[in-house]
Amino acid sequence: MLDIIVTNLPALQVVVPLVAAPVCAMLGRGDRSWAFATLVSFLTFAISVSLFVAAYGGEPISYEMGGWAPPIGIEYRIDVLNAFVLMIVSGIAALVMPYARRSVASEIPAERQAFFYTAFLLCLTGLLGVTITGDAFNVFVFLEISSLSTYALVASGAWRNKRALTAAYNYLIMGTVGATFFVIGIGMLYMITGTLNMADLAVRIAEHGDSRTLRMGFVFIFIGIGLKLAMFPLHLWLPNAYSFAPSAVTSFIAATATKVAVYVLLRFMFTVFGFDYAFQASTLENVLLPVAIVAMFAASLVAIFQDDLKRMLAYSSIAQIGYMLLGLAFLTHTGLVATIVHLFNHAVTKGALFMVAGCFVLSAGTSSISSLRGVGRDMPWTTAAFVAGGLSLIGLPLTVGFISKWYLVQASLELGWWPVALLIMGSSLLAVIYVWRVVEAAYLQPAPEGVIRREAPLSMLVPAWILVGLSIWFGIDASLTTTAASRAADTLIGSSQILWQE
Amino acid sequence: MKHHSILRVVSKLLIPPIILYALYVQWHGDYGPGGGFQAGVVFAVAFILYALVYGVDEMMRILPPRLLHALAGIGVLIYAGTGVVTMLLGENFLGYNVLAHDPKHGQEWGIIVVELGVGITVASVMMSIFIAFACHNPPIKDEEW
Amino acid sequence: MPDIVLDLDFALGHYNYWMFVILMMTGLYVTVSRGNLIKKIVGLNLFQTSVFMLYISMGKIIGGTAPILTGDPDTVYSNPLPHVLILTAIVVGIATTALALALVIRISETLGTVEEDDILKMEHEMDFGVRKPGGGSR
Repeated sequence: MLDIIVTNLPALQVVVPLVAAPVCAMLGRGDRSWAFATLVSFLTFAISVSLFVAAYGGEPISYEMGGWAPPIGIEYRIDVLNAFVLMIVSGIAALVMPYARRSVASEIPAERQAFFYTAFLLCLTGLLGVTITGDAFNVFVFLEISSLSTYALVASGAWRNKRALTAAYNYLIMGTVGATFFVIGIGMLYMITGTLNMADLAVRIAEHGDSRTLRMGFVFIFIGIGLKLAMFPLHLWLPNAYSFAPSAVTSFIAATATKVAVYVLLRFMFTVFGFDYAFQASTLENVLLPVAIVAMFAASLVAIFQDDLKRMLAYSSIAQIGYMLLGLAFLTHTGLVATIVHLFNHAVTKGALFMVAGCFVLSAGTSSISSLRGVGRDMPWTTAAFVAGGLSLIGLPLTVGFISKWYLVQASLELGWWPVALLIMGSSLLAVIYVWRVVEAAYLQPAPEGVIRREAPLSMLVPAWILVGLSIWFGIDASLTTTAASRAADTLIGSSQILWQE
Repeated sequence: MKHHSILRVVSKLLIPPIILYALYVQWHGDYGPGGGFQAGVVFAVAFILYALVYGVDEMMRILPPRLLHALAGIGVLIYAGTGVVTMLLGENFLGYNVLAHDPKHGQEWGIIVVELGVGITVASVMMSIFIAFACHNPPIKDEEW
Repeated sequence: MPDIVLDLDFALGHYNYWMFVILMMTGLYVTVSRGNLIKKIVGLNLFQTSVFMLYISMGKIIGGTAPILTGDPDTVYSNPLPHVLILTAIVVGIATTALALALVIRISETLGTVEEDDILKMEHEMDFGVRKPGGGSR
């Protein structure tokens, strides 16, 4: 029995939440479906940890769906990079689920909660599927499973604020356009190569060489994923979707959905198209690099002027995505390490911060910064968690934010691009301003008269503090994350350099 | 709709062949074009036609939304359950070879069961979508389109 | 890159791609330009349908039949894989449309309109508590 489970772990990673979703819908009301979904999220986390351990040791794991060998069948392929991302996604899910019970109970009517958790599990299924699969079209299918359930989850914020509906609608339109662009790109690649398996695609694209169809395919895929990951000028769906979604949903998708999209971008850019594809290199340098830098500044500047805490954090997310894309645009080993490390670091930091915002929503009924005056005395633990997370967002030493920026600065100095290094530090100063606004309101301003704000319940505080703890732990001892990221970068670069060499 | 006798008679004549055709598409999928997706949609169409002519309440008497939601879940479980059974029999997920005495029959049986699950899910999801829109109150006014 | 030479036979022979491009741009234009939320969905559907056409026409082989073994070794079969992929994409498209329509119904119930201009005006009011001077952007 045990060996059956071990050999089928890659399939189980996706199948367990997939099967659990309809069961969860049938369980009916509130607590039962919550308990079940929580159990499932723990189970998927356990599976992804064991997959990570297996993939970290050596060769990539290949699993043939239905026993059909690749490139004909669908292959699940797990190397260090996607094992790492799988662990982030399922780990955040396992922390958000315990958090969700109280938060969801206050934001969603009881008879709808079973469907809420069903959509949550489907979203988890989709994100894990995108990450684990080695088949290009399968990526699209899972991407849409996760996106469709995310639209529904965002719209479920309508019980608190009806603007969630328009936010979800806009997200749906832009997300679908993005996904369709992505499919067009895959269609072009299929026309050239006649295959959909990523590893096989890489070999055949390298054999085929450069062509106009290949370039069009590249651009369609690049823009399509760009829409999904809220690359700077394509980010318009993100602020509203994050601010009006239920708090638990925001902390889950902010920590995972964009990270998975960044992973898809990495996978396509480097595994499929190859690290030394010249057209790609020039695109990254001439398009992605400026876009990333503008994102870091423009989004941070907008964040400063927001009055709503969740909205401010959402704009900060766009800026942080700018850092990830910046690391990618360097096209060096160190740059890739920075991107991959920042995937983890930002997931941990932003997950914690949005959880804190959810605690404020639960106790104070709102997340507007002006109504958080004096909250530091009423809710000391929650506010302290915000401060710790905010420091990591700024990139202070001893937090994970510092590690990411350290690698980014190092990568830019390696290339001799010292203005970029200065810009990275400059944009961190903007983060100081928007974090300080909240800290000032929470600690230095007097609380309004007659307002009672009780400390958030333990079930919400503990997950938030676990994430804060992780962000400090891996800020002090980053050896595990950086080694994993370094190995992942090795596999990305290593696999592609073999391909394009004549 | 009492007075629309032509619609009532024609739809009564049409519904049985539509259902029959759906079943044909469902079960004939391994000898010709067909399968669960198409069959499920055609099957749902029969009931949707019935609801259009006789009213949604009549349709919900036989297929209440709760039942449809349950069926949608059961379809997914049939699909995934087949995969779990093949895993327990020592193959990969959805590796049908082990389902029968030889791989060829295994593939045939496996795909039939899986497509049955797909068909049930697609049909019940299409009908639930229809009911969700049709029963929605208040209905959208004509000026809003 | 070879020099670009206008080859009329080549250009007309690939008429399926022209249709794809026209449909796709029409759909995208409707999605972006219309202010009515339902018309946006119509545009989105057109956009998705264009991709279905791209895939299906790409799998067609002239003279090819449905890929079911006929026993005759000379039979030419069409490529079934793009069709299967598009079956999945159609299902995704249906789900997207249903969800989008459901959202529009809820929007029309809560806000009383499905025109983007009116919605933006209302949201502006919610944000700043004042009516936007001069009405919408049109």
